[in-house]
Amino acid sequence: MSNRKIRVLVAKPGLDGHDRGAKVIARALRDAGMEVIYTGLRQTPEMIAAAALQEDVDAVGVSILSGAHNTLCPRIVQLLREKGMNDCLVLVGGIVPQEDLPKLKEQGVAEVFLPGTSTEDIVKFLQANVKPRE
Amino acid sequence: MPETKESSPAEVERERWEQETLDPALEKHPERKKSFQTVSLEEVGRLYTPADVSDLDFNRDISFPGEFPYTRGIHPTGYRGKLWTMRQFAGFSTPEETNTRFKYLLEQGQTGLSVAYDLPTLMGYDADSPLSEGEVGKCGVAVSSLADMEVLFDGIPLEQVTVSQTINAPASVLLAMYLVVAEKQGARWEKISGTLQNDILKEYIAQKEWIYPIKPAMKLVVDTFEFCTERVPRYNPISVSGYHIREAGATAAQELAFTLRDGIEYVAWGVEAGLDVDRFVPRISFFFNAHNDFFEEIAKYRAARRIWAREMKNRFGSSYERTLQMRFHTQTAGVSLTVQQPLNNIVRVAIQALAGVLGGTQSLHTDAYDEALALPTDRAALIALRTQQIIAEETGVVNTVDPLGGSYYLEALTEKMEQTALEYFRKIDAMGGMVAAIEKGFPQREIQDSAYHYQKAVERGEQVIVGVNKYAMTDEPSEVPILVIDESVREHQVERLEQTRTRRDAGAVANALEKLKTAAHKNENTMPATIEAVSVYATLGEICSALRDVYGIYEEPAF
Repeated sequence: MSNRKIRVLVAKPGLDGHDRGAKVIARALRDAGMEVIYTGLRQTPEMIAAAALQEDVDAVGVSILSGAHNTLCPRIVQLLREKGMNDCLVLVGGIVPQEDLPKLKEQGVAEVFLPGTSTEDIVKFLQANVKPRE
Repeated sequence: MPETKESSPAEVERERWEQETLDPALEKHPERKKSFQTVSLEEVGRLYTPADVSDLDFNRDISFPGEFPYTRGIHPTGYRGKLWTMRQFAGFSTPEETNTRFKYLLEQGQTGLSVAYDLPTLMGYDADSPLSEGEVGKCGVAVSSLADMEVLFDGIPLEQVTVSQTINAPASVLLAMYLVVAEKQGARWEKISGTLQNDILKEYIAQKEWIYPIKPAMKLVVDTFEFCTERVPRYNPISVSGYHIREAGATAAQELAFTLRDGIEYVAWGVEAGLDVDRFVPRISFFFNAHNDFFEEIAKYRAARRIWAREMKNRFGSSYERTLQMRFHTQTAGVSLTVQQPLNNIVRVAIQALAGVLGGTQSLHTDAYDEALALPTDRAALIALRTQQIIAEETGVVNTVDPLGGSYYLEALTEKMEQTALEYFRKIDAMGGMVAAIEKGFPQREIQDSAYHYQKAVERGEQVIVGVNKYAMTDEPSEVPILVIDESVREHQVERLEQTRTRRDAGAVANALEKLKTAAHKNENTMPATIEAVSVYATLGEICSALRDVYGIYEEPAF
């Protein structure tokens, strides 16, 4: 078994600039021993998928508060799969209405973390669900 | 003569109380925890007595309402003369829908309007830009050109109703549209009153909806100061905002310090551009958050007024009372609202709003209980407004001026707030001012650290959030209906945009945009050219794109 650290891309798609959540998560994952790359603001799904491939990450954490999740998240999943990143988990954190959750999961989002989630739960989720590499 | 430190009678009495009464009681009943902290993680003492305020001088530090340093408020009669303006922030979907909501709020007794724009508008993109996909009308109302603005304010008399606009990077463009719509209604600019947020510094610090690099962006702000001072003298061209700084994770003291230092920076830039302090500073308004920690918030507002008065006097030599008097708007803390058990938010909002009122706010927005889920429904927006009306009409807190003034705790906390802010001022001044401090990432890092420490305190259970990390329920007792904005809004907006582009005089648009670029290049005031461009229906996207050609775009440094 390799000692490769879990690598996560924290991404902020769309026009919104509220990055408190993204920054807190990035720091919490780093404190938990993961390698974290933060994309910066206003990344298109194409830019996020390209960064995920280039950085060879195990997971992409998408922070989104603006209500544009139904447009942006499925596209990120689709672009990752097109690039052959079939095991790369896509996690979403932010303001997402309950009724949108089943659809997002159906479209390949691994988990949606709503406001009030502990960063520890996100760490545990990643540790349990990232596929170990050869 | 060397000073001898003797205990004051107040200190002697306090020690006696501790020995005779407190210690035996603590032995029998220990306190619930070792340390008691505010929501900003500041230690709070067990008891405040005259010993804690012995350094304060009543006339110098507290004084009377309507008199320097305005700790107790800027109006001698507080709310006995005039209540605060009840100004609910609203905006969603199409201009038609928001216009209907505005009229509804006015019918319900709201006394001012406040426009929320959607993200494409905030970022200077038209509804048909590929970057706008999925975002049109979601977080606010979509406005791409004067045609939208005409619908937004249809039937709302702009000479009578004061309107606040939350817009920053493209603020000068939206101000221009607003003025043109007002003119078309027959309203006189010199009679128009209202507020433009136009606080670009806090965008780089906290909310991050920027377009251009900092210095040209500051120049655009100063352009609006200059223009409004001459042409729209009753209008507030800026609302220096701590709200977003707090929402991004700052403590109360950091919100206070960074907001006021931003204010000082704007004044310094105005002075540098040749404006007269006592002509433009009286129209600078402020905007603060109202968070959960009741006394800490009230202390923050009182300290804010005192610091502002002293800084305007000491730094800029003003003795004009309207320059020294800080006026501010307050909004309850969106970040404190929970998705879990959402009706609990009604209670949070009421307490936060009460803090704003006891702090002497000039206007107030109370959040709707469903705002952690989506934009508010009609029902949620109405309860939020009613909360203010109950505070104003039923609680009696408006009957006397600054009712908490003189509280040992509150006065000690007000003083501590001021001292913390001044310490930050010294650091920022040493860096060369706020623009330089932002370029170094200083306030941004301070806020990120506070946000992280707060999150950790919540996760350790030291900061309790009812319904989230304590008293959580697996089966939520109530499901609330939420407002859904679908993609048809974008289609509707794109359609109007296409009609506008077809109908307008393309030559006039090209000409106006060229004029604007020239004004920007020559470092002239951009407002007249911006007004001309919006009048011929140049779109927001086109105008911002023209300015981007001249100024470039901001790239956030990594930190």
